[in-house]
Amino acid sequence: MAPRRAAVVGGNRIPFARSNGPYAHAANQDMLTAALDGLVSRFGLAGERLGEVAAGAVLKHSRDFNLTREAVLGSALAPSTPAYDVQQACGTGLEAAILVANKIALGQLDSGIAGGVDTTSDAPIAVNERLRQALLAANRAKSTGARLAALARIRPNHLVPEIPRNSEPRTGMSMGDHAAATALRWQVTREDQDALTVTSHHRLAAAYDRGFFDDLLTPYLGLNRDQNLRPDSSLEKLATLKPVFGRGEGATMTAANSTPLTDGASAVLLASDEWAADHGLPVLAHFVDAETAAVDYVHGEEGLLMAPAYAVPRLLARNGLTLQDFDFYEIHEAFASQVLSTLAAWESPEFCKEKLGLDAPLGSIDRAKLNVNGSSLAAGHPFAATGGRIVATLAKLLAERGSGRGLISICAAGGQGVVAILEAAK
Amino acid sequence: MSDWYRDMTNSAVLGGLTRRLGLPRPAVLRRHTPGDPLLTGPALVVAAGTGPLVAAVSDLLRADGAEVRFEADGERLAAVVLDATGAETPAELEEVRTALGPALRRLAPSGRVVILGRPPVEADGPTAAATRQALVGIARSVAKEARGGATANLIQVSDGAEDALASTLRFFLSGRSAYVSGQVVRVSPAEVPDAADPTTPHAGRVAVVTGAARGIGASIAETLARDGATVICVDIPAQGQALSTVANRIGGTALQLDITAADAPARLAEHVVERHGGADVIVHNAGITRDKLLANMDEARWASVIAVNLEAQLRINAALLETAGALKENARIVCVSSMSGIAGNRGQVNYAASKAGVIGLVEATAPLLRERGATINAVAPGFIETEMTAAMPFGTREVGRRINSLSQGGLPVDVAETIGWLAQTASAGVTGQTVRVCGQSLLGA
Ligand SMILES: NC(=O)c1ccc[n+]([C@@H]2O[C@H](COP(=O)([O-])OP(=O)(O)OC[C@H]3O[C@@H](n4cnc5c(N)ncnc54)[C@H](O)[C@@H]3O)[C@@H](O)[C@H]2O)c1
Repeated sequence: MAPRRAAVVGGNRIPFARSNGPYAHAANQDMLTAALDGLVSRFGLAGERLGEVAAGAVLKHSRDFNLTREAVLGSALAPSTPAYDVQQACGTGLEAAILVANKIALGQLDSGIAGGVDTTSDAPIAVNERLRQALLAANRAKSTGARLAALARIRPNHLVPEIPRNSEPRTGMSMGDHAAATALRWQVTREDQDALTVTSHHRLAAAYDRGFFDDLLTPYLGLNRDQNLRPDSSLEKLATLKPVFGRGEGATMTAANSTPLTDGASAVLLASDEWAADHGLPVLAHFVDAETAAVDYVHGEEGLLMAPAYAVPRLLARNGLTLQDFDFYEIHEAFASQVLSTLAAWESPEFCKEKLGLDAPLGSIDRAKLNVNGSSLAAGHPFAATGGRIVATLAKLLAERGSGRGLISICAAGGQGVVAILEAAK
Repeated sequence: MSDWYRDMTNSAVLGGLTRRLGLPRPAVLRRHTPGDPLLTGPALVVAAGTGPLVAAVSDLLRADGAEVRFEADGERLAAVVLDATGAETPAELEEVRTALGPALRRLAPSGRVVILGRPPVEADGPTAAATRQALVGIARSVAKEARGGATANLIQVSDGAEDALASTLRFFLSGRSAYVSGQVVRVSPAEVPDAADPTTPHAGRVAVVTGAARGIGASIAETLARDGATVICVDIPAQGQALSTVANRIGGTALQLDITAADAPARLAEHVVERHGGADVIVHNAGITRDKLLANMDEARWASVIAVNLEAQLRINAALLETAGALKENARIVCVSSMSGIAGNRGQVNYAASKAGVIGLVEATAPLLRERGATINAVAPGFIETEMTAAMPFGTREVGRRINSLSQGGLPVDVAETIGWLAQTASAGVTGQTVRVCGQSLLGA
């Protein structure tokens, strides 16, 4: 028996806020709960038990060990809805959706929610490693004297906290500097990056103006639209910015053509067709297939954010599709250069032959079909929330079109990439 | 917003003081909570004229668990029902004096006076018409004489509409009509669908409430849900967070929609068909004020008020009527008008235009709905305690609150309960009317 396909019924997110903006005092749990509650009210699920909720955060406090379950308990869903946390860096949201979709396909679930949340404002701060060791030693000590002796080893400089940084543990380089190296390798120009950025802002603004997000978003803490969105963004304005990643002549990456630190949350409702019909809910799209890939960026074999370039061809091959067989491409804009490097790699005969083992390059895509309602450069990128934003956006685009197929590609820290295919519901 | 004056006059110490000073003492009104009996004491049923409805009314009261008396014997009465449907000459009104007069003295706090008459327009000649019209004056004056939160209303029962009377009679007797007084409602002959359980009259029905994120709209959504309905809560996207909270609290759904958007009527119609297989109840509650004296009124203030309060209602109704399956059989449309639409108001020419327009809309739409078994009515709230009225200057607010027979502002739930009554399938005989929820305000009376 062929597995059934999981349906995307709809989505909800809160508007994304810039770091230390309107959500500065909102915790991950607050934002995830808000995203869930908006989804629940949109689909009339108050008090209902769903199959499960899978969600996660990239930056997580240790007290949030059961973040998603706690959010469910605080939401309008039935407390009997199970939940678990997922984490795969920026791939978290999409990976969560794949997990839930797969369980639905296997018949283990009839309904579920996949989501993600992140805050860089309310980020966890860890105690200095030497302070931590001293405290643990004191805790282990059997006598008061031994305890005092352990604590006496604490020095003032031990009290400096460790704030999480957006850097790769194995290279010590920031993600932006990694991306800058890749941009140089693929000779991605500043102009192309800025053009992609301006397009992202203009398209997201147009989507808001035509009410596209009216049933995908619920305002939160007074924010009605993504705070990062600049409807009047222009090439001239972007050209004035100084590069922030990379060095010297070849530095092309600015604060505008890179995503800013962002706070936000998203959630997607997935179900079997039968469950959706029983609830009188139309289906927007179906999950077709998904793939993840990882690259060895540590030893310089490949760029940190290039894993989707490897995941997509594997996914295409398994489904007997070419890169051109899509009506929409949702390529997460971690950096404009990431999107452009990936596209360049697929167009390169030598990359496709040597790295992917293909006889011919995957070729180019119709750029009019790329991120048609904008993406992370305009919306912002609360790491784990981006997957849910993209899945819901693409599903609605497919539903509006009434037919067709869409490709999702998300790069993630650690040299990973998560990609998936959705198809319009028939 | 608390009514400090009402609370003070009802307190032990200060209450005595206000009584000696002869100040008005607004009563704490009896309001409906689920499980409440129809009445909190016995009801007296009397007649002026032949009293053709006395038996039917007594049966209904008893069926709802109320004790019925035909003569006042000195005990406190929760209600008096006067059947004057048989009175056709001025002389027969003498019985109003002898039967109703003494009973009023025995009326308990939040007591109810319901007078049943016939519509004057259906009278056979001037004598009968005059007699029937006299009941309007009686009801409105009794409402002004009533004390302790008591109300008085007149139901004009058309010939042949006796079977359609129950939901309206129940409403005016119950705590649901707390802030409705001095009103005249007409019940026309209508096929009343199988009786729903009067305690959950909206069970299994789907209701749309616009402007449901807060204020009166949120209360309407809650009240309809309490009485069994699945409520689609509609408000502008910017109110989404509050809207979602309301929807989840009542187990309904949230639909973020600006009702003035060009495609809003079509989207709403499509939504109710696709998600719910049609709607049973539509409540047009969303409304805005943009006050300015007419001489200073700019185009934006004028246009936005007309667009939200009037044009959106017209366009949504048209779309629902055109879209197959959008309105279910026995559908009920209830529009929110305003006292300003009846009395007019300084600085509110735009608002009064829109709200008076709603009254016209309701009158003209009712005949179009009749063949579907559907009805359309309006409620016209007076001074209701909401964020809107809390923002008024102190003096204006105090005057607004007191210039009505109940000497207090109404609550959002009072508007909601009135809408809930009009939205019942059992209210099939009431259509094309505007019912004021104003505690019998002096404005526009
Ligand atoms: N408060 C009173 O005393 C009073 C008196 C008479 C009549 N009314 C009427 O009662 C109704 C509710 O009043 P309230 O006091 O609760 O007001 P409110 O302002 O608290 O609530 C009105 C709601 O309607 C929504 N709304 C406005 N424009 C909308 C649009 N274009 N699309 C969708 N929703 C929209 C608002 O967002 C708001 O949530 C209004 O029609 C008002 O005119 C109120």
